[in-house]
Amino acid sequence: MRFTRRLQTPWWLPITVPIGSVMAAFLVGAAVLLVTGHNPVDTYIRLFERGFLSENALSSTLRSATPLVFAGLAAAAAFRMRLWNIGGEGQLYMGAIGASGIGLALDGAAPIVVIPAMILGGAVFGALWAFIPGILRSRFNTNEIITSLMLNYVAGLVLAYLVLGSMSPWRDQSPGTTFPLGARLSESASWPQFLTGLPLLVAVPVSLGVVAGVAAWLRHRTRSRTLRVNVVVISAVAVAALLLAGVVADGPAITVPFGMVLGVATAVVVWVLYRETRFGFEVRVISDSPAAARYGGMDTGRKIVVVMLLAGGLAGLGGASQVGDFSHLLDPYGLPQSVYGYTGIVVAALSANGPLGVILSAFLLGGLSNAGFSLRGLDFPLGLVGILQGLILFFAIGGTVLVRYRVRFGVRRTTGEESPEQHEPDGSALAGAGTGGGGQ
Amino acid sequence: MTYRVRGPWAPFIRPRHSDLVVETRASSAAGDDELALQLDGVTKRFPRVVANDRVDFDVRRGEVHALLGQNGAGKSTLAHIVSGLYRPDQGVIRLFGKRVEIKSPGEALDSGIGMVHQHFRLVPSLTVAENVVLGHEKAGRLFKLTERDLRSRVADLSAEHNLPVDPGTPVWQLSIGEQQRVELLKALYRQARILILDEPTAVLTPQETDSLFDTVRQMVDRGRSVVLISHKLDEVLAVSDRITVLRDGKKVGTWRTADVDARALSRMMVGRDLDLSREPPEGVRPPGATPVIELCGVSADGDRGGPVLHDISLQIREGEILGVAGVAGNGQRELAEVIAGLRRPSAGRIRIRGNDRIFHAPKDAIMLGIGYVPDDRLGTGLAPNVTVAENLALKAYSREPFSWGPFLRREQIGAHARVLMEQYEVRGGTDRSPVRSLSGGNIQKLLLAREIASRPEALVAVSPTRGLDIAATQSVRTLIAELATSGRAILLISEDLDEILTLADRIAVLYEGRIVGTADPSTVQVEELGLMMAGASE
Repeated sequence: MRFTRRLQTPWWLPITVPIGSVMAAFLVGAAVLLVTGHNPVDTYIRLFERGFLSENALSSTLRSATPLVFAGLAAAAAFRMRLWNIGGEGQLYMGAIGASGIGLALDGAAPIVVIPAMILGGAVFGALWAFIPGILRSRFNTNEIITSLMLNYVAGLVLAYLVLGSMSPWRDQSPGTTFPLGARLSESASWPQFLTGLPLLVAVPVSLGVVAGVAAWLRHRTRSRTLRVNVVVISAVAVAALLLAGVVADGPAITVPFGMVLGVATAVVVWVLYRETRFGFEVRVISDSPAAARYGGMDTGRKIVVVMLLAGGLAGLGGASQVGDFSHLLDPYGLPQSVYGYTGIVVAALSANGPLGVILSAFLLGGLSNAGFSLRGLDFPLGLVGILQGLILFFAIGGTVLVRYRVRFGVRRTTGEESPEQHEPDGSALAGAGTGGGGQ
Repeated sequence: MTYRVRGPWAPFIRPRHSDLVVETRASSAAGDDELALQLDGVTKRFPRVVANDRVDFDVRRGEVHALLGQNGAGKSTLAHIVSGLYRPDQGVIRLFGKRVEIKSPGEALDSGIGMVHQHFRLVPSLTVAENVVLGHEKAGRLFKLTERDLRSRVADLSAEHNLPVDPGTPVWQLSIGEQQRVELLKALYRQARILILDEPTAVLTPQETDSLFDTVRQMVDRGRSVVLISHKLDEVLAVSDRITVLRDGKKVGTWRTADVDARALSRMMVGRDLDLSREPPEGVRPPGATPVIELCGVSADGDRGGPVLHDISLQIREGEILGVAGVAGNGQRELAEVIAGLRRPSAGRIRIRGNDRIFHAPKDAIMLGIGYVPDDRLGTGLAPNVTVAENLALKAYSREPFSWGPFLRREQIGAHARVLMEQYEVRGGTDRSPVRSLSGGNIQKLLLAREIASRPEALVAVSPTRGLDIAATQSVRTLIAELATSGRAILLISEDLDEILTLADRIAVLYEGRIVGTADPSTVQVEELGLMMAGASE
């Protein structure tokens, strides 16, 4: 079996690989179910019914998907520059701490003040937490995988300390409480929720997809001007019609948390940032070749810190949304239990680090974890969702090999295969003492 | 191989090396002419080049046989074949008279061939003793042996072969010279009877070089054979018994060291009659008087620490091409990087158009108008997976017209790219293709297009035509000559003497980080240059 670098990637491959990864994960998952004496078909039907089809399933799925959008964006934003930020979990906790702290401090102020302050607070706290591995990597070439991962545990302990281990403002100190809980935020710190019909909920992401597709088409085809104008006009009309139909059509009502709206908007911003700006260009060059970036006058060390701040801020928003949308207090029990930060890594991998794809894969994984959670105990195989998440991650990462390389099967020819460069002694990595850390 | 240690405990006892040495000494006394290693008609082809073309080579017991040649002559390929890294396409290898096929480096080691690579293969965090036995600890022996046993064994070995190094020290604390001794000890520990040293002195100080050669002579006197790969004439003449010269993958000949001198060898290495008949490109103007780049006493440290450039002073005037000749690894890359702002000098001053400049970042050099065509085109000069258009904007993307606030203006970047591709005849892709999909010649034209189109004051070009075919070479040389004609100062660093002799107005020779001489290309003799490049002192 041989791998050769693809010069051009066929357009359909990046779409096929995630779908294939999910299917492969479910196939292997089915084998696991068979071995453990479950009926895979039944189990999957129950899983999907509870995740996406049954009454209120979509509302709960959106609830689980909201933090996953932010955690997925946090992972994807860093992975794009080959910065392996595994610290989304801790950054999310810190975002929750920041947002709840500000919500408590601004007790009683108007929602128009409190809510933006909470969003900002969550982002800043998450960013500061990510600053630590970022600055260590940029100054001392410390491996950010290790540092960001370790800081997750530190953040978990900070979370526990604030509510369980101290009399901090985050802890509910009203008399008569024996069981330690987070202090409840006032009503004005609750983020709004939107009740929409299912058609509109489908129409919004579909139109987003159409807009993104048209934008991509305009970039990559240098067709005639009239054709381009026509395509833009037609798709604009289609999107408008779609949205209108969504508003008018009848369907079951679904609760959309404000955090989800914020998440989708953030994903679009991140998408534009990486696609259309100098910042995104620099990230692309640095991830491709740090030496070329340095040669071109880019400040690689600074960019590492900035990208980590961005990733941490995104994860922090997820933490803020947990407090503002759902728990309305700093919850040291539920937050670590749901491991949104780590699942965000799966989300990012499945979307191949594309910000818009993150929304879709967060929805899928959110549905799975929602279903897994609510089916717990009802003779449902415990841990199935965890296994599926692991398998999806495995196949999605494996699938990137197919996007970059062409795989050929067959016998290796005996001569003329190796080139002189490939066997050049590269012992410098071994002999150059003391240069540790993850290479880019 | 037979050991003197026998008995039921034999597998657990490693024989002392003196045991084995006695044996080899005894057998080498049997016949001095006996061949340790013999290569017959070895050919190795790579996709675009024949690295070894029917090379015959042999090494006798107890001799130092030097393999001499310029970079790319095929010395390292030959060594890799013997040490099992490559397998020859044709040809026969005989070891002590027996025909063998060496399939892997492990097999080479087992049959007594030890190679000391130019870049060491040591584990920095392990101790000297651990590195020496690493990979040779059979069936958990590393765990059975106490650290003390191990160290005393390695200490014995190092005392015996006059290779002083403390077995208990972690390798990362050692100097380069000491690390090399560890590599030698590794080979000796594995009973190597034939040692291949690939450019062993490239990283050593003169004192370390002397002590290495003492060791080499001593090993040879005890019946081992040494293949010394080098391009330094002085050293080869000082230490070897016989010399084989390779050029362009072919063997030029083998001589007894006593029968040749530096001048003859340098002619053999550089060899072919240089094509000097080519007219310089038309319209060449004599260089102006104003200096553009001035270096005063510039020194710089290398990637591994330690100085690699010593007290370099040079001046390049408007419209002048200064050619820097020298064998790779003598400070060329570092010199280019210092001028391009990628490496900070440890001493000295750089003046651009009379102004003292201290570069803090590559950006400063870009702003001052210094173009740089690095050796490593795809990877440093260009980002391989980024598009042609974006690579062409790599140095100017943050300025008008390529940027609008924080946003990139892709239409501008694309249009700019299409103009340049047309003008510089970059073929084989569109402005949206990733750069790595282009051929080598087009990649280099692309790089030059960007550097020249940015209208630099000066251009530093390192090996600009290496690996290019004749047509691409010609167009790259024409571009460089035209740039000089338009009044730019050019520093041309190249190993290709033809290129320097054709293009340069003046030649400086770099050897071990120093400018050891300058020459006028119209009058200089090739042998003279060869001698300077090889560091021969006259």
